[in-house]
Amino acid sequence: MSALLPDASTMAPRVDVLFWYMIGLCGFVAVGIFATMIYFGLKYRAGSKADRTGKHKQSMGVEATWTLVPFGMFLAVFIWSLFVFARLQSPPANAQTVYVVAKQWMWKIQHAGGQREIDALHVPLGQPIRLVMISQDVIHSFSVPAFRIKQDVLPSRYTNTWFTPTETGTFTLYCNQYCGLDHSKMIGDVVVMQPAAYARWLAKNPAPESVAARGAALFRSAGCSGCHGANASVHAPDLDGLYGRTVHLSGGGTVIADDRYIHDSILLPDQQVVAGFAPIMPSFEGQLSEQDILALVAYIKSTSATAHQPPSVGSESTHERH
Amino acid sequence: MNATVADSPLEEARRAHLEEQFDEPDQQHSAASLGMWIFLATEMLFFGVLFASYVVLRVLHPAGFAEASRETDLLLGSGETAALLTSSITIVVALRAIKLGQRGVATLFLSLTAALGIGFLVIHGFEYHSEWEEHLVPGVRFLKFGPHAHAVELFEVMSYLLTGWHSIHLIIAVSVVLGLTWRVWRGAFGPDHFTTLELAALYWHLVDIIWMFIFPLLYLIGRAPG
Amino acid sequence: MSAIDAGIVPQPKPESLAPSFYSGKRSLRGWLFTRDHKRIAILYTLSVTLFFLLGGAAAAMIRYDLIVPSGELPTEVYNKAFTFHGVVMVWFFLLPSIPVTLGNFLLPIMIGAKDLAFPRINLFSWYLFIGGGAFVVAALWAGGVDTGWTFYTPYSTMFSNTNVYLAIIGVFVTGFSTIFTGLNFIVTTHTMRTPGMTWMRLPLFVWGLYAVSVVMVLATPVLAMTLALVGLERVVGVGVFDPSLGGDPLLFQHLFWFYSHPAVYMMILPAMGLASEIISCFTSRRVFGYKFMTYSMLAIAVIGFMVWGHHMFVSGMSVYAAMVFSLLSFLVAVPSAIKIFNWTATLRKGDIRFTAPMLYALGFVGLFLLGGLTGLILAAPALDEFLHDTYFVIAHFHYVMVGGSVMCYLGGIHFWWPKVTGRMYSERLAKFAAVLMFVGFNVTFFPQYLLGYRGMPRRYHSYLPQFQELNVISTGGAVLLAISYTLPVLYLLWSLKYGKKAPPNPWDARGLEWQTSSPPPKENFLHPPVPREAYAYDKPAP
Repeated sequence: MSALLPDASTMAPRVDVLFWYMIGLCGFVAVGIFATMIYFGLKYRAGSKADRTGKHKQSMGVEATWTLVPFGMFLAVFIWSLFVFARLQSPPANAQTVYVVAKQWMWKIQHAGGQREIDALHVPLGQPIRLVMISQDVIHSFSVPAFRIKQDVLPSRYTNTWFTPTETGTFTLYCNQYCGLDHSKMIGDVVVMQPAAYARWLAKNPAPESVAARGAALFRSAGCSGCHGANASVHAPDLDGLYGRTVHLSGGGTVIADDRYIHDSILLPDQQVVAGFAPIMPSFEGQLSEQDILALVAYIKSTSATAHQPPSVGSESTHERH
Repeated sequence: MNATVADSPLEEARRAHLEEQFDEPDQQHSAASLGMWIFLATEMLFFGVLFASYVVLRVLHPAGFAEASRETDLLLGSGETAALLTSSITIVVALRAIKLGQRGVATLFLSLTAALGIGFLVIHGFEYHSEWEEHLVPGVRFLKFGPHAHAVELFEVMSYLLTGWHSIHLIIAVSVVLGLTWRVWRGAFGPDHFTTLELAALYWHLVDIIWMFIFPLLYLIGRAPG
Repeated sequence: MSAIDAGIVPQPKPESLAPSFYSGKRSLRGWLFTRDHKRIAILYTLSVTLFFLLGGAAAAMIRYDLIVPSGELPTEVYNKAFTFHGVVMVWFFLLPSIPVTLGNFLLPIMIGAKDLAFPRINLFSWYLFIGGGAFVVAALWAGGVDTGWTFYTPYSTMFSNTNVYLAIIGVFVTGFSTIFTGLNFIVTTHTMRTPGMTWMRLPLFVWGLYAVSVVMVLATPVLAMTLALVGLERVVGVGVFDPSLGGDPLLFQHLFWFYSHPAVYMMILPAMGLASEIISCFTSRRVFGYKFMTYSMLAIAVIGFMVWGHHMFVSGMSVYAAMVFSLLSFLVAVPSAIKIFNWTATLRKGDIRFTAPMLYALGFVGLFLLGGLTGLILAAPALDEFLHDTYFVIAHFHYVMVGGSVMCYLGGIHFWWPKVTGRMYSERLAKFAAVLMFVGFNVTFFPQYLLGYRGMPRRYHSYLPQFQELNVISTGGAVLLAISYTLPVLYLLWSLKYGKKAPPNPWDARGLEWQTSSPPPKENFLHPPVPREAYAYDKPAP
């Protein structure tokens, strides 16, 4: 149905098949019931000579049938939709990370290479893109209908979504969660380019430093290295290669060190303290912007020696805190 | 309208209190108590929101909640609990006395109930006062540093919401009981007419029971070893 | 009506000598301090109509703004208009409409009682309702609110600088009105039934009111407390929902939807019962599957409490939670499907009279069907991730709430108008209005399904040019809809003075309310009514 809306990502056709199947099913049921109502309406209008024997009869069998048949149908659709949903929630391993910071009323986007954009996102065709998103103020929602994706962007907590573009062109990005006065102006463009064109675009927009490099600089300038650095005298956990590892917490329990864990540890350090360490770290709230924290997360991630799977949104929920 | 013959003087007296929309005194009584039970259910849900928020925030900030919980005054808390528990007994005794027609006993035990309720509120006032002194009143007068400051403040928020909302209920309950004490003493109730008292007792029990949930959540859980 | 004129429909013994509830104290005092459920119902009817007009005016502003892509109104005005529309329509029209007007009037009569169990509380509920409404109107007066009716945090707590307090107080106060109404209805249904009126003889409208009352009593406190927390957060910054203080903004959404999804069922459950009354009467046969109809309403009320998470599939909730909520959302659709099938089957072998109330009721079934089916699409998280908070959702819930509840409410007004006022209205105009409403509604809201599929988000003051055609069609439909809502106001008022006098049972119906005079006397019945099986259309009227 590209006449109405392009199918511009790998997931779009999968979602669409389910959608049009449901529309077909619902349409069939609706037409069937309307037709039946009209037929009965004509046949049994007051004064007609239609046969009305057994007018007030009730039927248990009929009731059971139309309870169980829809139930079975709903269950089938539910299971199908779960499979699609599971895929929607699992980014491929080779996905490239792009950082998104939302604020009233703009999208601030930063590529791993350090290129920054506002209300625009350039991506190469066929490359899976994973978005790590956070809001500076209220709840926003990152929505690209052409890719069939949507994810709320929360303050103080990372959310993720991903897509693999399959069509070049410009697709609209909407803020989909009401966020105040200029909510309807908080739209942008996702520009999907041929890889060669994308390379040219990158070359034309050189970044002073990559996000991770900026994070490394911040790691020193903001004072993190004073405690967490190799030569620090303070007893603080070493952060080299932390990302993706399992961390044992004081008071029991473990957590996988993902974006959210690192973010929360910077802003609310007392929340999840590493076992064997005193809760002495001050909060950096108000001193670091969300973009700074994203850079620090990217830096800590870059120190992981070997490549590893980024934890998917699905696996994150295994330690969902509520 | 209704043809049932009032066969005893008691039945006749009950009929005198019948409101026009009802046919039978029993019907009126069961309507009133069912209404009260439903009202109590809604009250549980009012508190339910606060309990749910408490649980969510506690799961988010376990260490801070434990630390803050240890700063509560267990002695005063236990005293409050004892006062409320006792008051639930005294109000039942008063209700029983009214059903037996013992006006004096009922008046005595109702005043005792109100006194225990007031006692609870006074003790709680002391707790509020000492928290004010210790700068532990969230949003208004809160001064605390340290790694768990945020979480301690959230604990205090939940503590004030729970105890505050509970105290408002208790103040209402005490006022109702005081009013009823006066009316019992004046002889407004008797074996033929006690529904209002019964409803007040139900409400009083609810206020008591809710405290039985608040007390462990705020005072006890954080003290568990480990 | 020709049936009445021809004397085919037997009428109960003329009780016209009984003075109606309108006689007696006619002064304003007599109305404002009345404890008669029928008079309170009329006070409520006037109030909800007023709020409907206010909310409708806000809707007109929304549709006017969306005629051009850049928006005709200033952004601020638009944002306040849709907030006001939502707040007023949800809490001051849709939720109360059927229970407090028709329910209040009919519940005691249908079960053969003299009044509700707590007449004073009933009157007090009305004052609370008006008081809450006054706060919301004051919020508008003071400059409006711009948070959307959902009051999402942290926007409502930390960022909006509009009159959030006033709006919240208004909703909080009117919440108590809802709670007391629900409490009153439950107690009345339990304790006030006339001898012989067993549970399985209750009309389905009473069952609908009973189910909705349970939901009202159990859900509304949660909303009230949650909004109180939002208010406190604005005053002293308590931080329960504020992420920067360690709170959790999603907690607000969970609590809000724990109330607000059942609230949707509060709007539709009484409409379901009401439609059954009308359809049964104008097919002159028993409702098909009476027991299944009652059980399905109770099932909706119960399962409805467990599906709130489907409003939050894209909020960042865990995948497993999304699965559970999705499954339960599909499950809650089963009882709704049962009801649709049973209404259709009730038409079979009936003697169908296409009167105005019947047209409204059939329109309700059709629109509710379309709204319910698209709800299934949204229950699948994979599709919700695509359609959430687009116009598809807007169309879906308007089909259920406006196409469903409002159409049915008007059907009920037409059905019981002779009973309440003692007058007949112009049947021809009423039929015209019903058809126009069905057409106008579809022209207004069907294009919004397409807009949603094409990705237009809700609450947008301006939009991309490619959405203009559908928006213009939708606004055109809204004009038809506005006309079709105005017409009944006119001809019904006209009928009060010029309409023919209504007999006690103009439709040859079987409920107890048709055994008393039109309008009923203050005590509802001069002679104790004779309860029989519900919908005993196989026997002649008593």
